[in-house]
Amino acid sequence: MAQWNRSGYFRSSGSRDVNPDLDGERQTASFSVERLTAILDGGADNTRTRRAVEAVIHSDPGFSRENQYFQSQNERYETAVRKSVYLKEKMHQMGWTEDGPEIKYCYRALGGDLAFNVHRVFKNSILALGTDEQIAKWIPLADKYHIIGTYAQTELGHGTFLRGLETTAIFDISTQEFTLNTPKISAMKWWPGDLGRSATHAVVFAQLYIKGKCYGLHAFILQIRSLHDHSPAPGVIVGDIGPKMNFEHIDNGYLMLQNINIPRENMLSRFSQVLPDGTYMKQGSDKINYLTMIITRVQILWTEVIPMLLKACTIAIRYSVVRRQSKLNPGDPEAKILDYQTQQQKLLPLLATAYAFHFMNAYVNEFYNKGYTEIKQENFDSLPELHALTSGLKAIITEYCTAGAEVCLRACGGHGYSALSGLPFLYTKLAASCTYEGENTVLFLQTARFLVKCLAAVHSGQPIPPSAAYLYSVDSGKCQAWTKMDFLRPDIYGEAYRHRATRLLGNAATKLQALVQSGAEQHEAWNQCTVQLVQAAKAHCHYIVVKNFIDTVEKLRNEAEIQKIVKHLCDLFALHGIFSNTGEFLHAGYISGDQMDMVTASYLDLLAIIRNDAVPLVDAFDFTDESLNSALGSYDGHVYQRLYEWAQKSPTNQQVSQAYASYLKPLFQNALSKL
Amino acid sequence: MNKDLRRERDSASFNPELLTHILDGGAERTRRRREIEALVLNDPDFQHEDLNFLSRSQRYEEAIRKSALMVVKLREYGIADPDEIYWFKRTCQGSFAEPIGLHFSMFTNTLQNQCSLAQQDKWLPPTYGLQIIGTYAQTEMGHGTHLRGLETTATYDPTTQEFILNSPTVTSIKWWPGGLGKTSNHAIVLAQLYTQGQCKGLHAFIVPIRQLGTHEPLPGITVGDIGPKFGYDEMDNGYLKMDNFRIPRENMLMKYAKVEPDGTYVKPVSDKLTYGTMVFIRSLIVGDSARSLSRACTIAIRYSSVRHQSELKPGDPEPQILDYQTQQYKLFPLLATAYAFHFVGAYMKKTYHRITGDINQGDLSQLPELHALTAGLKAFTSWTANAGIEECRMACGGHGYSRCSGLPDIYVTFTPSCTYEGENTVMMLQTARFLIKSYTQVSSGQLVSGMVSYLNDLSGQHIQPQQVAARPTTVHINDPASLVEAYKLRASRLVEAAAKNLKAELNRRKSQEDAWNRTSVDLVRASEAHCHYVVVKLFTTQLSEINDAAVHAVMNNLCLLYALYGISKHTGDFLQAGILTDAQVTQVYQRVKELLTAIRPNAVALVDAFDFHDNHLGSVLGRYDGNIYENMFEWAKKSPLNKTEVHESFHKHLKPMQAKL
Repeated sequence: MAQWNRSGYFRSSGSRDVNPDLDGERQTASFSVERLTAILDGGADNTRTRRAVEAVIHSDPGFSRENQYFQSQNERYETAVRKSVYLKEKMHQMGWTEDGPEIKYCYRALGGDLAFNVHRVFKNSILALGTDEQIAKWIPLADKYHIIGTYAQTELGHGTFLRGLETTAIFDISTQEFTLNTPKISAMKWWPGDLGRSATHAVVFAQLYIKGKCYGLHAFILQIRSLHDHSPAPGVIVGDIGPKMNFEHIDNGYLMLQNINIPRENMLSRFSQVLPDGTYMKQGSDKINYLTMIITRVQILWTEVIPMLLKACTIAIRYSVVRRQSKLNPGDPEAKILDYQTQQQKLLPLLATAYAFHFMNAYVNEFYNKGYTEIKQENFDSLPELHALTSGLKAIITEYCTAGAEVCLRACGGHGYSALSGLPFLYTKLAASCTYEGENTVLFLQTARFLVKCLAAVHSGQPIPPSAAYLYSVDSGKCQAWTKMDFLRPDIYGEAYRHRATRLLGNAATKLQALVQSGAEQHEAWNQCTVQLVQAAKAHCHYIVVKNFIDTVEKLRNEAEIQKIVKHLCDLFALHGIFSNTGEFLHAGYISGDQMDMVTASYLDLLAIIRNDAVPLVDAFDFTDESLNSALGSYDGHVYQRLYEWAQKSPTNQQVSQAYASYLKPLFQNALSKL
Repeated sequence: MNKDLRRERDSASFNPELLTHILDGGAERTRRRREIEALVLNDPDFQHEDLNFLSRSQRYEEAIRKSALMVVKLREYGIADPDEIYWFKRTCQGSFAEPIGLHFSMFTNTLQNQCSLAQQDKWLPPTYGLQIIGTYAQTEMGHGTHLRGLETTATYDPTTQEFILNSPTVTSIKWWPGGLGKTSNHAIVLAQLYTQGQCKGLHAFIVPIRQLGTHEPLPGITVGDIGPKFGYDEMDNGYLKMDNFRIPRENMLMKYAKVEPDGTYVKPVSDKLTYGTMVFIRSLIVGDSARSLSRACTIAIRYSSVRHQSELKPGDPEPQILDYQTQQYKLFPLLATAYAFHFVGAYMKKTYHRITGDINQGDLSQLPELHALTAGLKAFTSWTANAGIEECRMACGGHGYSRCSGLPDIYVTFTPSCTYEGENTVMMLQTARFLIKSYTQVSSGQLVSGMVSYLNDLSGQHIQPQQVAARPTTVHINDPASLVEAYKLRASRLVEAAAKNLKAELNRRKSQEDAWNRTSVDLVRASEAHCHYVVVKLFTTQLSEINDAAVHAVMNNLCLLYALYGISKHTGDFLQAGILTDAQVTQVYQRVKELLTAIRPNAVALVDAFDFHDNHLGSVLGRYDGNIYENMFEWAKKSPLNKTEVHESFHKHLKPMQAKL
């Protein structure tokens, strides 16, 4: 495989041996792929840096992903550790720093298959929650990997609800130590990455007790393994939690603590501390820490989650112009499967979604930077909005990306099911994102809580935050479209989304109020409305994404060709959303039945238009073959040769299985005389 | 037993045992099923290590070991009834694939159905005796659904009276057949037959691929495993490449078509006969959709009764997560769907057996409709179950992602059924073709019968296209029979819309095929609506056959939930067609939530009634006794990464790094 796809070779397809079915698609692009790539990268300079990094990584056999799909859990873990260590050396050798621009491109090139991700969370939590002395003590050790840390919060029986965590840290004035304990099995730390086999230290969250009184959750640093021989510290039971759907390269672990004593200085004490005499003191606001948590949650979206949908689209769309099946017209050769309307309907809206989400990055960053500046000045006003916005976006983006990757997988028929397509790997990795960093339903409800408050503010004439400001707009009554062309107007569909979001929120809030007024307790009323509230939060997020897509198209006014194709994608994203949720737009009559038929007609027209640029649109994502690691999705489109070659490398074809000699042979023996 | 689960079971309003009898088809069958399951469960020969901790090669080997053992034991016990064999195997394997599975199904069935009598005498005895292990090699690397596109050739050579088999291109390599990679020594190969210089289309040939005795591939045969997949770890899906490989003329299956010694080709009679096999296999997939979804629901609902989280009321202890409305909304409609699909599967099986009787008497009249209907139902149920299993997994939060939950395995094992035995979109379009044909028949004044007879009500109304929409809205949302009518109206409206759009495309002088392609999104919607109607109808019909009042009450709620939830997810269709008003749609939403509350106390009993043994469930989260956390810990300790207290990568990579930095 390696000789086919050195980065840099394949930027222009003319010079390379490319499957003619794919090459033909590239000849008719309506826009400059290179220009769109630069826009997606945030500038041509970034594209250059990215490609330079990719070239370095891919030309080094130490980073090869060739055997990835054939490895056992043990081998994947070991490879991840090896590559992470090697990457450190490589970066040092190249002069790339931890906070330089190259590192994120390294992750992109390596497909995220590295260990020690939680080590960074460990460091960040010390930086956020530690005193200056604590930072000075621990961070240099962690930077040099003299210790490897993990972040142990989730327990076997407790995830989302932090107050429910059961691990205890009891302060003993006589020894000036905390004693940490796992009082029962459900309190065992469970899931933290890097914990199972790698970590020597952990930031552990536990309920703090002083003189019999509980002061709630606090963070403690403790050593869990020996720095000499890596054996578990006395009183520590630690191990790997076993095979998962994916993430087998990560040693998610369990941790049980039995009377572990740590010095008083090991409680992270920037915002609260325990004095030697057992006095508990709170100081300052830990909200800045909260902001760090939000940004961790958000960064995963653009570095891990969304790129996986982009990759899945790349694989499925390239394969769909190489794969031919059945005939569209008698006498013609078999048609490319992308020429079937049903295949277009599966893949092209996902392509539009991939672009829609990618463009959200700038929007969220703007919010974050503004919030960060304010919070540094001790102004916490924007925090609730930032929290609500990022919660809802995390939920909708992970939900759509996960579902989308699965559609891509199934759209590739049988071959999508082969691990060699790369799609099972992408899907199973994405699937975890719906529950990690906040379970999606819980997150939608947090957004809903914010929206209900905003609506109340609207009713009492209070100002509301910008992302919900649309709730103040006057209801426009009925959709103003007269022909199917009207539904290609962003003002028309944008307004339809706004109307739906406003209506669903209004309905949920009204219901909530009615229940409370009829005597239901607040919490019970809330639970009775949660299905509706989730629906309202989704509609809100959907609107935000559509609105931002519209604004993005607007900003491309100096790029006529690109603006045109991106506008088509924006239209498709919006109309597909209406087509897939007709009831929510028809209900209450904002869109009429006849108008809905126009939406459908316009939507189907768009599929045929975008079909022509589908391959250039995925080429613009500019993933190297190595980072796609897919027999179906490579740039040159030699799908079948690659599948055949890769399959032959499978260990099942190399190892001699005992199955024949032990079990099959006895069955076959009687036949020799008869055949 | 976990106290939460005990309480749930104590407070059920009905006896789950009675429901189990209904699902099994009678108390006697339940008894016999358990008897057979006990044969496996109490047999130490079938014990094995947890498959989650084994490599692919080890899983394959374990599966082969069990297959060989099963053959012996089934004969020892004299179990021969197909259902009983199925129960036995299911208990041995859970839901996992059997590398020899295709030998028992496609290979043996094809020999039975397509061999001449002389061929049967030769091939069937060693097949029954497992001296021959065969597979069915149809799909090629570049060709699946479109059979005429297959490229493998079988060229007849009259001088030696042999067929010469060839894989002329990379795309023509046989790819995917189960058991082909490592297990089988024979294959039924589908190839384009060439004789006397002419292509006679696709025919089936028996091809020996491995040397009996040594099991080495024969000269001219390249065979192997296609590598790792999403699931099916124990299955050696394989590839097969043939280079001028010669087989005797008698190895072509010649019950229908024949090649004479001189190369003369004799044409077969009707090809409708093969419909029977397809209907049968699709009915199995529908049954599998029901069972896979039932298993996922069992795990998710039991876990949701044991798991506690957050607070509903400030100050109260953390509630069971099943008390959250959002959790109920995720799981209960799936529970209702699992029951609905179970009844659809039972109906299809019954119909298949009835029609098989007709076929044997030469009556093929009902086959086309059945064939069309089962295509759509296969797609409809497998799509729904596929998505439902994943919802169950995600409803279990992080722990659902661990292999110990069993849910990843259920999903990856089930999901290929959306693709195999007919890709779902293609299946939906087959059903659509039948619907459009029926619609056209009605338009020209003929009546149609069977499940599509509702289209008769559309006759004479093409003059007034709005007539359906103008129907008075008389839907009663608490009456299943009335909801069946609502689904019927929706189906007829969408079939009509698709037919009209198709006609409009044709009027634009598009070719038949092009017009069809440009309407296919509408056509798939119409098929889905038709299938949805059939499922609601069959579920409702089933209610009248339940005698026990308490069981009836519970099932009535489930049936209502199934129907109303479906409406709430497709309100657009019902609103646009004027079947329901805005106000009724609001009522539907409300009623769905009331039903969630009504079903809540019986949720655990309803999954208990599926009666899956813990071994078959294969899930720590779904254990009958609910002792989840201690068993998760026990399970994790067996993880391969935990084999040594200090992992070798510490010495190989971590320690040297720390020394360097």
